[in-house]
Amino acid sequence: MVTAYQTRIMAIPEVHPEHTEYWEATAKGKLLIKKCNSCDEFHYYPRVICPNCTSDKTTWVEAKGTGSIYTYSVMRRGVPYAIAFVELDEGPKMMTNIVDCDLDTIHISQRVKVTFKQSGDEDNSGPFIPCFIPMEA
Amino acid sequence: MSIKGAAFIAGAFEHPTRKAENKSVAVLHAECAKGALEDAGLSFKDVDGYFCAADAPGGALSMVEYLGLKVRHLDSTDIGGSSYIAHVSHAAQAIVAGKCNVALITMAGRPRSEGRSGVKQKIVGANIPDVPFELPFGPTAVNEYAMATMRHMHEYGTTSEQLAWVKVAASHHAQYNPNAMLRDLVTVEDVLASPMIADPLHRLDCCVVSDGGGALVIVSPEIAKSLRRPLVKVLGCGEAPKGLLGGKVDLTYSGAIWSGPRAFAEAGVTPQDIKYASIYDSFTITVLMQLEDLGFCRKGEGGRFVADGNLISGFGKLPINTDGGGLNNNHPASRGGIVKIVEAVRQLRGEAHPNVQVKNCDLALAHGTGGGLASRHGSATLILERV
Repeated sequence: MVTAYQTRIMAIPEVHPEHTEYWEATAKGKLLIKKCNSCDEFHYYPRVICPNCTSDKTTWVEAKGTGSIYTYSVMRRGVPYAIAFVELDEGPKMMTNIVDCDLDTIHISQRVKVTFKQSGDEDNSGPFIPCFIPMEA
Repeated sequence: MSIKGAAFIAGAFEHPTRKAENKSVAVLHAECAKGALEDAGLSFKDVDGYFCAADAPGGALSMVEYLGLKVRHLDSTDIGGSSYIAHVSHAAQAIVAGKCNVALITMAGRPRSEGRSGVKQKIVGANIPDVPFELPFGPTAVNEYAMATMRHMHEYGTTSEQLAWVKVAASHHAQYNPNAMLRDLVTVEDVLASPMIADPLHRLDCCVVSDGGGALVIVSPEIAKSLRRPLVKVLGCGEAPKGLLGGKVDLTYSGAIWSGPRAFAEAGVTPQDIKYASIYDSFTITVLMQLEDLGFCRKGEGGRFVADGNLISGFGKLPINTDGGGLNNNHPASRGGIVKIVEAVRQLRGEAHPNVQVKNCDLALAHGTGGGLASRHGSATLILERV
């Protein structure tokens, strides 16, 4: 069985003031994550105050953009799509979609790399959203 | 201070409707309130504490006015479908603190008439910090629980056949419930042959979408003893939220690993003592994971525990959801917590259907997971005793 990836209209996220940099970076094909300069931990989604140690000394770091699939599920109602959590090589796991592949070949531990899809549609487009593509079968 | 013995459940009511096309949500709340108060032998004027969650239209203020209540204590804690389990604990806390003596908890909704379903995108408000980083990916109730299922299968070898047994047990119980939305017996094969909704969850792994509601009346020990109803005592409760932990995501367990031990410690009992359990069954995986997390079996052994009819009353070791649960009976407003307590009360009173009534049922548990198993959820565990 083959379930080809199909373009799906992704909901446009609200851009909160503290995330302006994040969304500017996704438009340039970069994934930013937050690192805490106090406890040295990465976290996701990005906060001003570190959820691990409550320090406000958090800074943006460009992620390598690679990781592996922690879990996933292919929605079989309507346009099929694969929701997933990807474990970034930096450590944090993030919710995402696995795209541009046969959705039936997706599996846990599969290596993936980031790619960006624009939210919204032609008439009303929004920020670019970090999705992932398998690097291997 | 403990809530052990501080309060009793005097009234419990489950609305019989499963499709309320011609009734507003407010009317359903009122009918549930009336039903629970009549069950207790009390009236609206006796109520001095009111509890509701986000399903209550207009919130606590609109509902108190609408119901004509004159209360001195209000609580609108919302932790999704398990809110009402927490409300019982909060009501007991308020009673022991002298803030009220007769607490009314109501919930109701009509997602079926309004065309809502678990495969549709969640409806979300503004300014929520996590939403921009999740909503574009199409999270729904089904595919979130499916992701937790997929990981459980990967780590522990849990199978679709084992999950199907949870649905089989629900259908065995629902056949005796005239109000249940689905009353046909199903087999493991039927579950596996039902359409795949979000890998690896089939249609029959998912709860029903139903209209309806329920209500409870929680009272002080003095009032409980003055009423002509069997005494159902609140023994203990635990609550715990769980989320994505700043990216340290682990979907193999739920907040029940924290709420369960808190409830058992307060009640002074163990999982082995429980005669009947209402276990939140939004999906088959919800049951399996909660049974592990509450300590009914070891982590990773949920699949073997639920298999071969072990959850069927009169047959298995741990009868659960003898009304048919969310999978077959009712999941009003997509929030199953209150009907979980109602069936536990029926069991403790000996008022369950004779074909599913647990013999000598003197100790019961009701547990809920409200929200998303693969995002944020509120766990609440309640232990009740018939005295």
